[in-house]
Amino acid sequence: MTLALETTDLKVRLRLEDDWFTVCDLSTLIPGRGVAALLPDGRQAAVFTDRAGRLYAIDNRDPFTGAAVLSRGLTGTHRGRPFVASPLLKQRFDLESGQCLDDETVRVTAYEAKAA
Amino acid sequence: MTANPGGTPTIVLVGHGMVGQRFLEALAERGLTATHRVVVLCEEPRPAYDRVQLTSYFSGRTPEDLSMTDPGFIEDHGIELHVGDPAESVDREARRVTARSGLVVGYDVLVLATGSYPFVPPVPNKDAEGCFVYRTIEDLLAIEEYARTKATTGAVVGGGLLGLEAAGALKGLGLTTHIVEFAPRLMPVQVDDGGGAALLRTIEDMGLTVHTGTGTQEIVTGADGAVTGMKLSDGSELATDMVVFSAGVRPRDQLARDCGLTVGERGGIAVDEQCRTVTDPRVFAIGECALAADGRVYGLVAPGYEQAQTAAATIADDEASFTGADLSTKLKLLGVDVASFGDAHGATADCLDVVYSDSRAGLYKKLVIGRDGTLLGGILVGDAEAYGTLRALTGSVPPVAPEALVLPAGAGAPAQLGPSALPDDAVVCSCHNVTKGTIRGAVTDHRCTTVPEVKKCTKAGTGCGSCVKVLGQLVNAELEASGVEVDKGLCGCFAQTREELYEIVLALRVTSYRDLLDRHGREGARGGDGCEVCKPAVGSIIASLAPTIGASNYVLDGEQAALQDTNDHFLANLQKNGSYSVVPRIPGGEIAPEKLIVIGEIARDFGLYTKITGGQRIDMFGARVEQLPLIWARLVDAGFESGHAYGKSLRTVKSCVGQTWCRYGVQDSVRMAIDLELRYRGLRSPHKLKSAVSGCQRECAEARSKDFGVIATAGGWNLYVGGNGGATPRHADLLAQDLSDAELVRLVDRFLMFYIRTADRLERTSAWLERIPGGLDHVRDVVVHDSLGICDELEALMAAHVSHYRDEWAETINDPEKLARFVSFVNAPDTPDPVVAFVPERDQIKPDLPLLNIGLRPADDILEGSARR
Ligand code: SRM
Ligand SMILES: Cc1cc2nc3c(=O)[nH]c(=O)nc-3n(C[C@H](O)[C@H](O)[C@H](O)COP(=O)(O)OP(=O)(O)OC[C@H]3O[C@@H](n4cnc5c(N)ncnc54)[C@H](O)[C@@H]3O)c2cc1C
Ligand code: SF4
Ligand code: FES
Repeated sequence: MTLALETTDLKVRLRLEDDWFTVCDLSTLIPGRGVAALLPDGRQAAVFTDRAGRLYAIDNRDPFTGAAVLSRGLTGTHRGRPFVASPLLKQRFDLESGQCLDDETVRVTAYEAKAA
Repeated sequence: MTANPGGTPTIVLVGHGMVGQRFLEALAERGLTATHRVVVLCEEPRPAYDRVQLTSYFSGRTPEDLSMTDPGFIEDHGIELHVGDPAESVDREARRVTARSGLVVGYDVLVLATGSYPFVPPVPNKDAEGCFVYRTIEDLLAIEEYARTKATTGAVVGGGLLGLEAAGALKGLGLTTHIVEFAPRLMPVQVDDGGGAALLRTIEDMGLTVHTGTGTQEIVTGADGAVTGMKLSDGSELATDMVVFSAGVRPRDQLARDCGLTVGERGGIAVDEQCRTVTDPRVFAIGECALAADGRVYGLVAPGYEQAQTAAATIADDEASFTGADLSTKLKLLGVDVASFGDAHGATADCLDVVYSDSRAGLYKKLVIGRDGTLLGGILVGDAEAYGTLRALTGSVPPVAPEALVLPAGAGAPAQLGPSALPDDAVVCSCHNVTKGTIRGAVTDHRCTTVPEVKKCTKAGTGCGSCVKVLGQLVNAELEASGVEVDKGLCGCFAQTREELYEIVLALRVTSYRDLLDRHGREGARGGDGCEVCKPAVGSIIASLAPTIGASNYVLDGEQAALQDTNDHFLANLQKNGSYSVVPRIPGGEIAPEKLIVIGEIARDFGLYTKITGGQRIDMFGARVEQLPLIWARLVDAGFESGHAYGKSLRTVKSCVGQTWCRYGVQDSVRMAIDLELRYRGLRSPHKLKSAVSGCQRECAEARSKDFGVIATAGGWNLYVGGNGGATPRHADLLAQDLSDAELVRLVDRFLMFYIRTADRLERTSAWLERIPGGLDHVRDVVVHDSLGICDELEALMAAHVSHYRDEWAETINDPEKLARFVSFVNAPDTPDPVVAFVPERDQIKPDLPLLNIGLRPADDILEGSARR
């Protein structure tokens, strides 16, 4: 996969295997609100930024309902760590590790994300 | 010696009313149900129920809700309950009771708890069709049936406690209601002349007609034998379609008389301090049928409960006695608080009164004070807030001057005399005789941490309910004292309640959530990203106040977009597979054929599932995010706008067809429903708001199940507030009546803005009305009488909302930057989400559910290499 290098605008990129996959312009993201990205293998990622400008990405599919909606949840801070609450049944997921905060046996994939 | 030698001894209870049930519980608590056979003969067709709350049937409680008998209780304790089978005779010689069915039961101990029967004065035609009494659920169902089908006017004979209850019931059924009372004032037993005057004033203001100092001489009937009116002692005739007698009760002691037990001169089975009949040590009598050792027959439930305990203790060979009881009562009659306690009429020698009276406001408060300053008793009408504390203080010298206890807030310095002033031995719950000390012990020793736990542990608050307020205050005070922090804050980010945050946002004109969090949030939450609880709550406050505080009133603008729940963020309702539903506004449920066709065409073209909703409009399901703007564009083009089915905001104002078509209609209910819906559309609130307008008392629009419901009268509109459907239904309460169009709108403006200002997050008007101190009366004071002087401000806030309203759908489709958010994938805007797929069902579509069925993924099933760690 080739990456088009943009000099003017910063892009949001996710780490997949050894590649950095471009998702969108950094300016598209609103702090506290997510977007969904379609990955080359058909999976979906939910990508967020917080008010400090840090980027996060986890799997978009809500493991409790099967719907691809985690990008549409509300975000927040719990004990100093960032989370998103599923918009369907409200379970919260740690944005850095993908760990579900309301059920320790459940975790979703977390991706490394950067702006470049 | 037992009735069946060699077998287990038998206790027979005759009468399964409130006191009978309490007696059974007391037997079980003492383990007597395990050692005895217990047989109950119950005359009514249903086991014991809460007679005290009978009238709450008309505000939506069902006979099942009123039941006091858990079937598990009867079964677990092996009690033999014979429903609908009264005792007909007792043979004391042979120790046998015979029931109507022919059942014969031998007893070792017989307990009579047969209650009372309503007294009907011997006037001509008292048994005519249309004459009723009010004591049982069956009476109530018969009254309801008759009122619905045959009556528009009703009269109650008797203006005492029960008469006012019955009048409330008739009024609740929509009848023009009269009360005829022989004595010169209402509630002659409980209140004095001053209290009676305050009560009269308030009750007349509610539209009831009261005739005091007037006797009933004859019931007048028509040719068919049914009631048409009554002749009164002043020579006049009152036209009425039905009559309810509530002229007092008499003990049901016939069974006892027939078997030779001693009864009092004016009735009542004579018993000693152990509740044993004075004639036969094997027979007890408890409750309203008993003439207690102090020479009185008690017509209230609390003394009956004490007698039940006493009888059970005596049967268990424990020491107990009933020597008399306090006649304190607190009642909510027709929405008016009335309380009397202790020596209410000042019978003690040399006592003094302290009286505050404002008959204009329907307030009357009297305290009876002894020479030495001891509080002896009192009467409260119109405002019985202080009842719980004052009753418990009776018998001691209050810690502040008595006049400070009766002055209303605002008139002189009111004493905030909380329950902390009570001594430990003060009886807080008189129904179950629970002291303050016992309640504190429940928290400190039994580790109860909530009011429901304390109720369960001590039984306090489970009788008439009048002590629950004080109970709550005591429990919280005790929890705080023992170091358990009672955190009333909104969430982990804010220590304030929603109401406090509203005041901060309004007063300081805060338009940004971040500012609010950083300046007013909890220490540890400042600078953070908040949480999913406070973000939408603050977003809603900012939206409600937007025009006034200078924020954008478009919820997707700037930072506000990040505060909205997904539904508000996409201006549509999220469904289980990630698709959305679309509900256009159909004001008042009125829609022209052309517009119906447009909805049909759009649904067909986008392949949406359509359904008529419970809110008189049409829902289209199964739209993907990227389809939403296309659907809205066509709807907006045809003159539709957002129905806010997604928002904590006004949903629908349902209507009935009303005067224009309906033969019964008295006002144009459709026009009013449309006006109201258009006025309040888009108003963000703590929870959703629903309304309805009915064209007459038949109430086809179900207005009384709404947050604000309007019912037409010949003279205008009646406004009801605090109704709810859903899981905990509640009938709305009458706020004001016979309003003109303008008066109605003004009151609704004030009511809604006051609710938005003071309610908790996700608190419907029904729960709010039940929670806020002073309840409906307080709300009426504030929005009708402007007691806080804020009505101008409330109206101005609403006016700003109305003039700034804009349709969110139209706004969004005209804003390319916002439109860009409506895609399934930010990096593939034209690709639909493959998880959103449909299969056919009944000529339409439904979500492809197996596709969603991925199962929970265990924590360690993470794609190799893609994980962060
Ligand atoms: C679509 C509809 C059912 C239908 O097919 O008829 C519906 C659907 C939902 N209702 Fe409802 N309710 C619908 C009429 C009602 C009614 C009937 C009415 O309004 O006359 C009631 C009882 C009346 C009341 O609210 O007091 C009703 C009481 C509830 C409740 C319980 C509220 C309560 O106070 O107890 C909830 C849960 C909540 O809001 O917390 C709820 C919640 C919901 C939600 C929002 C649940 C959810 O979060 O997914 C449903 C989503 C709607 C959607 O996706 O479009 N719905 N819901 C009705 C939409 C009416 C409309 O045109 O806007
Ligand atoms: C509308 C209304 C409102 C009230 N409000 C209040 C209030 O706010 N506060 C308050 O303290 N009190 C109030 N009361 C009074 C309260 O309900 C009574 O004090 C209480 O119910 C008495 O209980 P009891 O068991 O003695 O009698 P009941 O509850 O009347 O029970 C007696 C039962 O015995 C049955 N019975 C009679 N004879 C026989 C027989 N031969 N065989 C078998 N069964 C028989 C009867 O059918 C009845 O079910 C109110 C009463 C009414 C009607
Ligand atoms: S509420 Fe009255 S006016 Fe409206 S449809 Fe029903 S009967 Fe007719
Ligand atoms: S005083 Fe009646 S329940 Fe407590």
